Amino acid sequence: MILASSVGTLIEWYDFYIFGSLATVIASQFFPKTNPTAALLSTLATFAAGFIVRPFGALVFGRLGDLIGRKYTFMLTLIIMGGSTFAIGLIPSYETIGVFAPILVLVLRLLQGLALGGEYGGAATYVAEHAPADRRGYFTSWIQTTATLGLLLSLGIILITRHSLDSDLSTSISKFNDWGWRIPFLVSIILVAISIYIRLKMKESPLFSKLKTEGKTSVNPLKESFAHKGNLKMVLLALFGATMGQGVVWYTGQFYAQSFIENVCKIDFEQSRTILIWAIVFATPLFVVFGKWSDKVGRKWIMLVGMLLAIFTYRPLFHQLFSISDTTNKKEQVTRNEINTKLIPISNTGNSIRKVTSTRYFKEGIRLIEEKTDTLYAEAARVTLKPDIKTSKLLNDENYRMMILIVFIMIVYVTMVYGPIAAFLVELFPTKIRYTSMSLPYHIGNGVFGGLTPFIATLLTTIYTGDKLVGLYYPIIIAGVCLFIGALYIVNRKDPNINN
Amino acid sequence: MNTIKRFAGMVWILMGPAAIFYLIKTASEEITKKPVLDTKIQWIVFVIIFIPIAIGLMIFGWFALKGAYDRLPKSSADLED
Repeated sequence: MILASSVGTLIEWYDFYIFGSLATVIASQFFPKTNPTAALLSTLATFAAGFIVRPFGALVFGRLGDLIGRKYTFMLTLIIMGGSTFAIGLIPSYETIGVFAPILVLVLRLLQGLALGGEYGGAATYVAEHAPADRRGYFTSWIQTTATLGLLLSLGIILITRHSLDSDLSTSISKFNDWGWRIPFLVSIILVAISIYIRLKMKESPLFSKLKTEGKTSVNPLKESFAHKGNLKMVLLALFGATMGQGVVWYTGQFYAQSFIENVCKIDFEQSRTILIWAIVFATPLFVVFGKWSDKVGRKWIMLVGMLLAIFTYRPLFHQLFSISDTTNKKEQVTRNEINTKLIPISNTGNSIRKVTSTRYFKEGIRLIEEKTDTLYAEAARVTLKPDIKTSKLLNDENYRMMILIVFIMIVYVTMVYGPIAAFLVELFPTKIRYTSMSLPYHIGNGVFGGLTPFIATLLTTIYTGDKLVGLYYPIIIAGVCLFIGALYIVNRKDPNINN
Repeated sequence: MNTIKRFAGMVWILMGPAAIFYLIKTASEEITKKPVLDTKIQWIVFVIIFIPIAIGLMIFGWFALKGAYDRLPKSSADLED
């Protein structure tokens, strides 16, 4: 039952993340900057799906789940998510069908966000309502692994596909950017088909079935969840005392860490991704460890200690990431430096593409690689006005392992705040409105507060340019407020009786 | 403890309008600084999303001030009453 629920949720997260992970390629295929309408649709696809539609999906599908049942609702979210993902992989490019391409992508991305908003609450509720009262934290912690494993799966499939399209790596990457990016989207349909098959064999939640037999299901879950003071106060407490902090810790430890390693530290594309992959692999079992532990000691303090550790250690940890990669304080081994020039003729023009790759070696084991691409014109007087320059750094094994350790520590915080939170949310609300009531604070906390972390953190670095770590103030302040509210108002309980 | 909970309620009530003011001020400054479509949409989305959340924080503060969190239900089943 846990496996059947978790596989579907994992696939939904996978579907949601591949779009984000392939954002650059998708932008070049569907959202050319030269067309203002396409650029507008691109921004909407990025912001609307993640932040507006997810909470909306929580309301739509949460209501449905409390009215018709958990099983059919999260089956529906899976079909919508899988169908949308598969369809994105089939859309012709902007060059072929013009502005219809970005419109279709936007619509499908919105459907993805809507489906994700409905999936998590259903899966967590379903598993919790099957779990023995004293093992609810342990059972639901498996659902909690799925978001991180979905990210891992998306990173893994993208990396494998990038490497598999040709024996020559640069040709393979070029093919991937041209058409190979569609493969991770198309693969989704196989995963979804397996998951639908498994879910079809599942039975409805026993608690919901009991309510339905007794005719005690909610008539209007939205009204009962948000218009009744007794329940609304718990929804607000869940948001401001738990999910808001959990969201920023989740996104800082995984997405912002990766973005920081790639864009601020300038670590090579593949190294930055494999650092995250290894850290996730090592840390993921801890979701289950903390979920299980919460059955013994309660949910509250595990989550809040995770936030506390994040608040006090984010700056030193990110500072360490930066200083590992900072070549300004390292000794250059000038004699080892290399410069390679490659000319690729452009047919029938007499011009050539010139790629100059310079590699600088540093004593601490870092290589700084600069790739400068410009056009060498046949007419001697003509020069490329703005050559394309890409800089990346390659770490040696020791520094690479150190970065994995630092990201691992940050993901341990994620496992602390996220491992027990499904059980915590489920236990806050009564069965008849549980799906609706827990889904909304989760998706505002995780989707809005958490999902905006990379954007706001990056935005802060563009406003306050003097401090490369200034972006961390956003998760630190949000987690700080959440920690204070959680410590003051939340009761450290394990509800033995959610069966009413 | 209940006194602290209620007193902190006032802080949450005040934080709501402060957050809205800061958000709108920053949004208008950033849009003025870079008046391109991307910036406008980005900040409009931020404002639209965070204003209801800030209102939610004020309601949370109001509940806290009125003592709604002095005693929380021991079980979710208690909420059905």
